[in-house]
Amino acid sequence: MKALAELKKYLRLDKFPHIWCAGCGNGIILQSFLRAVLDLGIEQDKLIVASGIGCSARAVGYLNYDTLHTAHGRAIPFATGIKMAKPELTVAVLVGDGDVSAIGASHFIHAARRNIDITVVVFNNQNYGMTGGQNSPTTCVKDYTVTTSYGSIDRPFDLCELARAAGAGYAARSTTYHALGLPKLIADGITHHGFSLIEVITGCPTYYGRLNKMEDGEKMLRWQRDHAVNLKQYQTLSGEEKETKFAIGLLHTAQKPEYSDEYLKLIQKARA
Amino acid sequence: MLLKDVESRIRFIQGNEACAEAALAAGVRFFAGYPITPSSEIAEILSKRLPRVGGKFMQMEDEIASMGAILGASLAGTKVMTATSGPGFSLKQELIGFASLCEIPCVIVNVQRGGPSTGLPTAPAQGDVMQSRWGTHGDHPIIVLCPSSVREMYDLTIQAFNLSESLRNPVILLADEVVGHIYEKIELPRPEELRLLERPKPQKDFKGKYLPFAVSHPTQIPRIANFGEGFHFNVTGLIHDVDGFPTDNPEKTELLITRLHEKIESRVREICLVESQNLLDASIVLCSYGATARSAVYAKNEARRVGKKVGLLRLKTLWPFADFIFDELNPNVKTVIVCEMNRGQILREVQRTSRGRFKVTGVNTSRGTLITPEEILKKIESIS
Repeated sequence: MKALAELKKYLRLDKFPHIWCAGCGNGIILQSFLRAVLDLGIEQDKLIVASGIGCSARAVGYLNYDTLHTAHGRAIPFATGIKMAKPELTVAVLVGDGDVSAIGASHFIHAARRNIDITVVVFNNQNYGMTGGQNSPTTCVKDYTVTTSYGSIDRPFDLCELARAAGAGYAARSTTYHALGLPKLIADGITHHGFSLIEVITGCPTYYGRLNKMEDGEKMLRWQRDHAVNLKQYQTLSGEEKETKFAIGLLHTAQKPEYSDEYLKLIQKARA
Repeated sequence: MLLKDVESRIRFIQGNEACAEAALAAGVRFFAGYPITPSSEIAEILSKRLPRVGGKFMQMEDEIASMGAILGASLAGTKVMTATSGPGFSLKQELIGFASLCEIPCVIVNVQRGGPSTGLPTAPAQGDVMQSRWGTHGDHPIIVLCPSSVREMYDLTIQAFNLSESLRNPVILLADEVVGHIYEKIELPRPEELRLLERPKPQKDFKGKYLPFAVSHPTQIPRIANFGEGFHFNVTGLIHDVDGFPTDNPEKTELLITRLHEKIESRVREICLVESQNLLDASIVLCSYGATARSAVYAKNEARRVGKKVGLLRLKTLWPFADFIFDELNPNVKTVIVCEMNRGQILREVQRTSRGRFKVTGVNTSRGTLITPEEILKKIESIS
């Protein structure tokens, strides 16, 4: 594992301290992402990181690469354009659950359908933190947010299942509690040639935690520890038990034609 | 040999096709779009032609994604375009603002159809004039060009790319259903006749702290790098400092928004293209643009044939508005008649510039058919 000093060279230290609240898990995901990039030996000039809007979206500002903070929900279309213009670049997207599965949900499933080589890391804190803790498409049923005062009745999305069904070649889930394994899961997603999703369950103690009896970061990490189950173990659970737990690890992988490669073949065909 | 060269460049094509041809000649290498009448031909043609020149075409999941994809590709250094019509143009607005603020070159074609809402998909209108100026939220600079013929669809597409790249600003080509679909014979220019402009970029051997949005004088165009060239810079839709990072400092905010506007306003005379006919002796001036201007030219000629002193102003640039043209009208002009297929969107601009020096009236329709020369002649008759 690389020393922290090594990581610092690739952070924009003049932008610190970061904007995230005490106990927020976003820093763990940012560090894991950077570790994945460095472990893979990706050149500083060859990585583009795009984000949408929200707490998670600010992560790109701390990374000393070419970075792009787009509009709400639109990081994936921007990333698509970048990848098509320069397929030789590694393109990653750091987004929140609300961004990618509500306002940008259509872009998410269509990028998965095309299987374009973009790595999407979702910071899933199950609410909209930046705007004060409203419910998102990943808020659990019965949970409280500032817009679900009587408990949410909306069924949540399973983002990994959504990506798999839409055609993505790689879908994995982890939590900020399982920080040590996270860089590898992200690195494998980047290495996977095609659309890859790494969903990371993270804590928002300020809003989601406070309204759901987990008012500090530690309690949120404990919740993650107690509810995340590795895939093999998850498969042995009864239907009832599955309702209260969620699977982590590599949940889906498949080799499929990658979009920007296919386009280069199309160019050859058109020119023949 | 000479004849053969000319023959190969003479084409009988529709406006949308001329737009696609010009975009290719201007160097477009990425197009993302979504099917919509009456602009679809542009996407269809480019889906065939772009791969042949090594370019890329993507049909996206919606209009918003199309806009996002072209901005991403532009940030990576590619000349980009999208094309749409009214409902799609509405959807693109948010990211047009992103392009304005982040100074991302891009060309957006809107082949206008009748509105509001789904409106009249196959009928012409000019109802998006104000939306093209003010459609996205917040004060922002924009350039809008408006062609009247197939040849002009070609020329203004080239111009749209040149302005967009050289000024790092989104440019809207505001065509209409008639100009998009009409077939006319045109002679395509030779590639060497075209003067193509590129975006300002930082020096390759740049050393030191790179400030992508810094300028050395207030109207300079910032030298923003392309992604993937080693500059490691940030682009954000938040108000940003010269280093590309968010700021909410009031002075810096004011400075940025002012600079963005000055970039365009200081170049109004270069950007504003206007064709004038018979203005010297005119007491009545017809002001028109797009397909409607074709009827206005005809009506002006007819009126002059019977001795009426009628002149014509045909606006090829709608925004920024060419105030100076109206300031410089001869003092004998009594009336300006603005002819447009909407309820007076440019008419009010002309009223603003008149400052009581001449009367402003209009021939305005919103029925989905072209304004006829007879309607304009009737208006001339009624005031002379």
